[in-house]
Parts: sequence; structure tokens; C-alpha cells
Amino acid sequence: MAHDTFLELNHIRKEFGAFVALNDINLQIQKGEFVCFLGPSGCGKTTLLRIIAGLEVQTSGQVLQAGRDISRLPPALRDYGIVFQSYALFPNLSVADNVAYGLVNRKTPRAEINQRVTELVKLVGLPGSEGKYPSQLSGGQQQRIALARALATSPGLLLLDEPLSALDALERLRLRQEIRALQQKLGVTTIMVTHDQEEALTVADRIVVMNHGVIEQVGTPMEVYREAASPFVADFVGKVNMLPGRVVGGQLHVGDLRLAHEGPDREVKIYLRPEDVLARPINDGDEHVFDATIEKIEFLGSYCHVHVNSPALGGNKLTVYLSLNFLSEQSLATGSMLKLRLLPERIKVF
Amino acid sequence: MSAAMPAASLPPVTVVRQDAHWTDRIAHIALAVVALALVAFLALPLAAILREALQGKEGEFVWFDNFLSYAKTPALLESLWNSVWVSLLVTFITLPLAFGFAYALTRSCMPFKPLFRGITLVPLLAPSLLAAISLIYWFGNQGVLKSWMQAVGISEIYGAPGIVVAECFAVFPHALMILVTALSLSDARLYEAADAMGTSGRRKFFTITLPGAKYGLISAALVTFTLVMTDFGIPKVIGGNFNVLATDVFKLVIGQQDFARGSVVAILLLAPAVLTFAVDKYVSKRQTAMLTARAVPYRPKPSRGYDRLMTLYCCAIAFLVLAMLGMAIFASLASFWPYNLKPSLRHYTMGLVDAEVGVGFINSLKMAAGTAVFGTLLVFCGAYLLEKTRGADGLRGIVRFMAMLPMAVPGLVLGLGYIFFFNEPNNPLNFLYHTMTLLTLCTIVHFYTTGHLTAVTALKALDGEFEAVSASLKVPFYKTFWRVTLPISTPALVDIARYFFINAMTTISAVVFLYSPETKVASIAILNLDEAGETGAAAAMAVLIGIASAIATLLFMALGWWVNKRTQAWRTSSR
Repeated sequence: MAHDTFLELNHIRKEFGAFVALNDINLQIQKGEFVCFLGPSGCGKTTLLRIIAGLEVQTSGQVLQAGRDISRLPPALRDYGIVFQSYALFPNLSVADNVAYGLVNRKTPRAEINQRVTELVKLVGLPGSEGKYPSQLSGGQQQRIALARALATSPGLLLLDEPLSALDALERLRLRQEIRALQQKLGVTTIMVTHDQEEALTVADRIVVMNHGVIEQVGTPMEVYREAASPFVADFVGKVNMLPGRVVGGQLHVGDLRLAHEGPDREVKIYLRPEDVLARPINDGDEHVFDATIEKIEFLGSYCHVHVNSPALGGNKLTVYLSLNFLSEQSLATGSMLKLRLLPERIKVF
Repeated sequence: MSAAMPAASLPPVTVVRQDAHWTDRIAHIALAVVALALVAFLALPLAAILREALQGKEGEFVWFDNFLSYAKTPALLESLWNSVWVSLLVTFITLPLAFGFAYALTRSCMPFKPLFRGITLVPLLAPSLLAAISLIYWFGNQGVLKSWMQAVGISEIYGAPGIVVAECFAVFPHALMILVTALSLSDARLYEAADAMGTSGRRKFFTITLPGAKYGLISAALVTFTLVMTDFGIPKVIGGNFNVLATDVFKLVIGQQDFARGSVVAILLLAPAVLTFAVDKYVSKRQTAMLTARAVPYRPKPSRGYDRLMTLYCCAIAFLVLAMLGMAIFASLASFWPYNLKPSLRHYTMGLVDAEVGVGFINSLKMAAGTAVFGTLLVFCGAYLLEKTRGADGLRGIVRFMAMLPMAVPGLVLGLGYIFFFNEPNNPLNFLYHTMTLLTLCTIVHFYTTGHLTAVTALKALDGEFEAVSASLKVPFYKTFWRVTLPISTPALVDIARYFFINAMTTISAVVFLYSPETKVASIAILNLDEAGETGAAAAMAVLIGIASAIATLLFMALGWWVNKRTQAWRTSSR
């Protein structure tokens, strides 16, 4: 255990009747880290967050925070601030009263509370909103106030349960940047639950990818994207092409292509990101080049998702990202032929 | 990576249990207090009935002998049959009438909807026996329209005809409320889709409207049946020699002191109510699943002929209700029916002063106020503790069950249980017997479930994470209850208090066993006046209760308005 480990989960298991929601979860989170729990709905990520918060009780396993065993402590005796998807702002209290809610109970002098409230609403970018009621604010503004309320008591741990899911797309982008900036400024250890992989990739120091109650992979956004530890991770994080292949005598056969690959002979699945298939530069004599026919072009602005079909890949279809400029320079359209090159070092084989 | 790892393959581990915070302990103790109250004032009295039913004259255990001897008494069996067929008949008459009225209210562009609705709900403000008294003036021995009735072949109103007609009036508002709710829960998109496919109005009614209101209809039918089956006031007033189960219980227990057989009949009365309760629970589960949050409420479109027909129909019903109410008021003011119809307050002074109903009236107000205050307090705290606190799961299940149970217990049965339980000299709570406190407690328990459901609905509408946020901010639950939950829920509290107050004013069945001369309430006094042949004074007192309830309703509405203004400012504030 590293000396700066702030939160440690040991063998967490959670059962709801016969259903195993979490199975043997082990995780260490460093002080000041921003960690995202990422996974599809029902993977157990929210349950895990609620166990850390003490709102749900694990069937077995241990939770350590700042070296203290908090496994059995009720929520009120733990040290965290929490923000929910629904904001959970007290609707009958003003913004100031909401933010001050946890401070009032600590017998802090009134003047000090007021000062702290002013400071916090300014911190979340809503100075002057103290007198308003939550219903007078937009969703994004309400979530900022909920964040200010959670941070008011300076907790050691900030828990965010899908904080952005109820917001519209634009507000979501803006607030996730703000949350990240705020977290870095305050240095508070933060766990955010999300099902949005883009959200996780942009804000997290480390991502915990979960599926069916187990951790599939823990790593930096780059590691999770580039070095997916399982087909699930490769598929869930980012876009990916899946091709069937075969290992024969130290060679990987994908259609007509041959790539160097160690290991015993077997049937495999090959995972390949769309950006790891290049259309240029391709020089004469380059390896792993094949001809393909464009079947469909999905126009997305500066880039296009181009669906191609290639006899060299045994008739398997592939999606590649090509720039709009490249397509128009080469006068490529549906039905056109083009040359593509695989980057063998980027291929994941499972 | 398989998540479905069988639990058995792991070494046995002790399940982690969270330590309870001291504030959790407070919540658990409070919940235990609610549970104790419900055990003492609901579960034990009901158990006392069962015990009584299984005991012989000397208190020995006799298995089902009492039931068998009941089954061998033809007179009592006849009452059972009477109760069943009268209840069925009333259900078959009331249900279509109420459905038509509810349909007009929800699915037409008829004018004056609030007025029509208001008129049909007025009978709820007075004791149900008001309809029976009114019928006596219309069709009784000296009734205005006696000859009309005899022309259609009914020789006298006393007996089954009177009970059936009076019960129809009494249960109509109950059935109407359920059906209006059921018909309001409709999805306009279904009708739009049907229109797009060119569906006929008739087909839409039978394929969309009726199936949609199916559960409401079942629920309304069951409630109607049970209400008629267990009603005591109307058969007592207009039943004549026509015996039903509810009057049998009273005669057996109060008249013949035959507690064992009285309990047997009480258990028979419990059966349809329990059945209703079970079916209703099943039905409401299905009903909520039917309507999604995305449903678009149905808005009727104007259609002259159809709207006129509906208005006409509602006018007819409203006219009947007004005729019923009007006759009671008219008769209460007539100096000497039917010879001197000059208006006077003779019956009012006679009832209030000479027959000392005045005292009963004060008692009624006291009891209603007590029920409204303490009932609301108990119900809301109970619902809050159930919905918003954690831990003590075993206790929680018991309280939840007991909160729903009163709906399945007719007032008469509850009252009987109270006699058996609190009249027992060895019971430490015996000192409550015959007191106002016990009458109040009995009424609270009698009407507990509706109040409980109102409170639960209000609490469920709140964000479920308020308590979690409070705990993370180290604010104890009772502070959040006081600062947030209670202020937000005040409109629901006013609703619950009003419900308790009105029902306490008009209830007869539960308290008829429990009063003493000092604690006689107005609704019971009416029964006694009627028994003494003072029908005019009985009508006057029933009208007075109606007026008091109406004033109380207005006051509660004013209170609701004021509370709204004071505590709900955040709701109306716009961006």
C-alpha cells in the first residue's frame, strides 16, 4: 500500500438477494486523484459509489479512507461531499441556505458562514445568486450550487453520481470542464460515476471500467483507450472494428493479410480502432496495405466515418476515419476504391 | 470476468452490518413508538375479536363451535343473504351511474364541471344516514311522494327498498372519486393513434377507454360493495324489520350481550373488506404500471350534441342529490311535518337543548379536532419514518402492514374490538374505556390508511437523496425533517387534517360501541333521536353536522391557501 493511498477498497462484494451486484472489487485511489467509474447501466458503478458513501452496505469487504477503516460507519460519520444526478437541492431553501446547510450545523459563526457561502458561489461561477431559490436556476446552475454545497464543509472526498446526466449537451461539456478545473484547484480526491466514455476520457486521471459487477480495467484514459485489457473495454471505450482472425505458426492471419504474432495456434478476435487504419501516407513497399471499396460515407463535419469493404480482409467490413479534405482531394465517393494500411502495433488480439 | 459466480463457491463470510448512528437510533425508537401505538389500538383489539369468536360462554376454547351455531341459526343466515344481495344491487346501480357522471366530468366539454362535482360530493359532509332520513320524508308513511312509490308497486320504503336507495346516494361520491381518478389517467396519444387509423367512437370506447378504466371500475365496485355491506347508520334508520349483518352485530352485542356470536358476525363483515383490500392492492400495482411519465393527458374536444346530453345527464343526477339534501334541510325547518310546514328552528332547539345534542355536538367538534391534530401528526411521522429513514427493517415491515390494515377493517368491527380489548378489567389501558381519548384514537385508526397513503404520496414526490445529502453534511435527519421535509409537505398535511376532521364529524360505525353518556357524539345522538321517533330533530342535527363540516372544509381550504402562501413561495417563483 503506497503511503499516499487515500481510499482503499478490499474485496468488496454486494449481493441483492441472489443477484451479485459487485464481485471482489479491489481498488486504491491516491490523494488528489480524479477517478471515474465508467460502465454501462447496471454494471454496479453507482452501487460501488454508494458503498463508499455508506448509503449502501456491502455484503462483505473493507473500505479504508485516510488509513481509517470506515466499512461499518454510517454516512454521517464518514468524510465526503456528494452530488447527485437529481441535484437534490432543498427547494424551499435559498441558494445561500442550501450552500450553508452543512455549515450551520457546525456552529460556525454567522459572519463566517456568509463569507464562506459568498466564496463558494463565486467559486462555482454564480456570484450574486445567494438569494434565489433553486427553481429560479437552470439545471446546470442548480448542479453548480449542489457542488458548492458538497464542497462547503471542505470534505476529504468528493463523490459525483452521474452529475451531468440530467443536463443538456452544451451545458454538460461546459460543466465537466469546470468540475475538472475546480478539482485541480482544490486538490480534492474525487470519484465520478458516469456511463459516458467521452466524459470519463476528458476529465479523469484514472478510469475504472466496470461491467457486470467486476472491474474490467483500471488505467489512465490513454491506457484504457490504447491498451484495452479486454474485448469489453475495447468495445465500450471509443469506437472499434472487430475482425475474426487466426494465429498460425507465429503469424496472425486476417483475411489475406499476415502480421507477426507470438503465441499458440488458435482462433482470435482482432480489435482495431478506426484511426489506426491509415489512408496516407502510404508509400510503395509499405507492409499491411490492402485495397478497399467505399460502401457508405457518414458525414460528421471535418471528419467522416467511412465504411469500407475489402476482399483482402475476407469480405469483412471496416470503419475508418478519413478527413473531409482527403476525401475531396482524392475525389472519393461511395463505390470508389482506395488503398489502406493497418498499424500492426495498434492491433489488440483477444 | 463472469459476474454470475455462484455464491456457494466463495468461503462463507460474515455479512457486513453498518453501525447505527445515534440519530438512526432516535428514528428507530420513534418508529417503535408508532408500531406500539398501532399494535395497541389496532392489532390487539382485532385479536380480541378473534379470541372472543373462538371462546364459549365460560371463556373456554371451543374451536369453531360459534361459527357452526351461527350457521344453524336461520334468522342470522337470512341477514347474511340480505346483506349480500343488497350490497350487490347497490353496486350494480351505482357503478354505471357514477361511471357516466365521471365520464361526463373527464371526457366532455360540459359546462359547470366544478359545480356538478361539488354538488355530488356534498353528501360526504354529512353522516350517511342523512340520505335515509330524507327518504323517509319523501316516501315514508307521511312522505310527500308515497303514492308515486306505491304506484310502481313498492308498498313501503322501510326495508330493502329504502336501504338500497339511501345507500346509492351514500356511496355515489365514493365511487365517483375513484372513477374520476381512473378516467383522468388516460393517454391522449392512444386516442390520437386511433383517430389516425380512423377508429369509430364506439370502438375507441371499448378498446381504449374501458380497458384503461378497468382497474378503477373494479376498485370502485369493491369499495361500493364493502361500504354498503358494513354500513350501520342507514339500515338502522330505514331498515325496519329488514335485518342485515351490520345491524345484527349491534343487536347481538348491545342488545343480547352475545359477544361470541357478535364476533362471528364481525368476522363475516371483515371478509369482504379483506378481499377488497387484497384485490385493490393487486389492482393499484397494475394501474401504476400502465401509465408512464410520458403520457399526454387527454383533452376532450367540444361536440354540441354529446356535451348537451352529458350536461342533461349530470343535471338529472345533481337534481336527485339536491332533492335528497334539500328535503332533509326543508324537513328540519318544518314546524310539524306534515301538518304545519311553516319554517321554524323548533327541531334545532329541541335537538340541541332538550335532547342535549348540544353537548354531543361539542364532543363531536372536540373529537374531530383531536383526530385532525393527533391523527395528522401520527400519520405523517409514521409515513416519514417509513419512507425516509434507514435500518430496523423488520419493524418497518410490520408498521407498513399495520398502516394499510385499517382500510380492510370496517368501523363496526374495529369498534367491537375496542370494547372487547379495552373493557377487559385486567387491561392496563382499561382506564381509557368510555373516554373521549379512546373515541379519538379509534377514529384515527379507523381512517389511518387514507391519511397514510396521502402522506406517502407526498413524501415519495420529494427527492429521495435529501436524507443522503444531509447525512453527508452531518446534519441529523430530524433537522432536515424540520427545515425541509415538513415545510414542503404542508399542503399534504392540511389535506390529511381535513380528511380526518370531516370523517370524525360524520362517523357512526366505529364509535357506536364506545361512547358513554358524557362522551356521546353528535352522529350517535342523531341515531338516538331517530330511534326515539324525533325524525325532525334527527334531520336537523344531521344538517347541522353537514354545515359544520362544510364550514370546516372552507376553513381548511383557507388554511391551505394561507399555508401555501407562507411556505410554498419557492414553488411559484419563475426564472
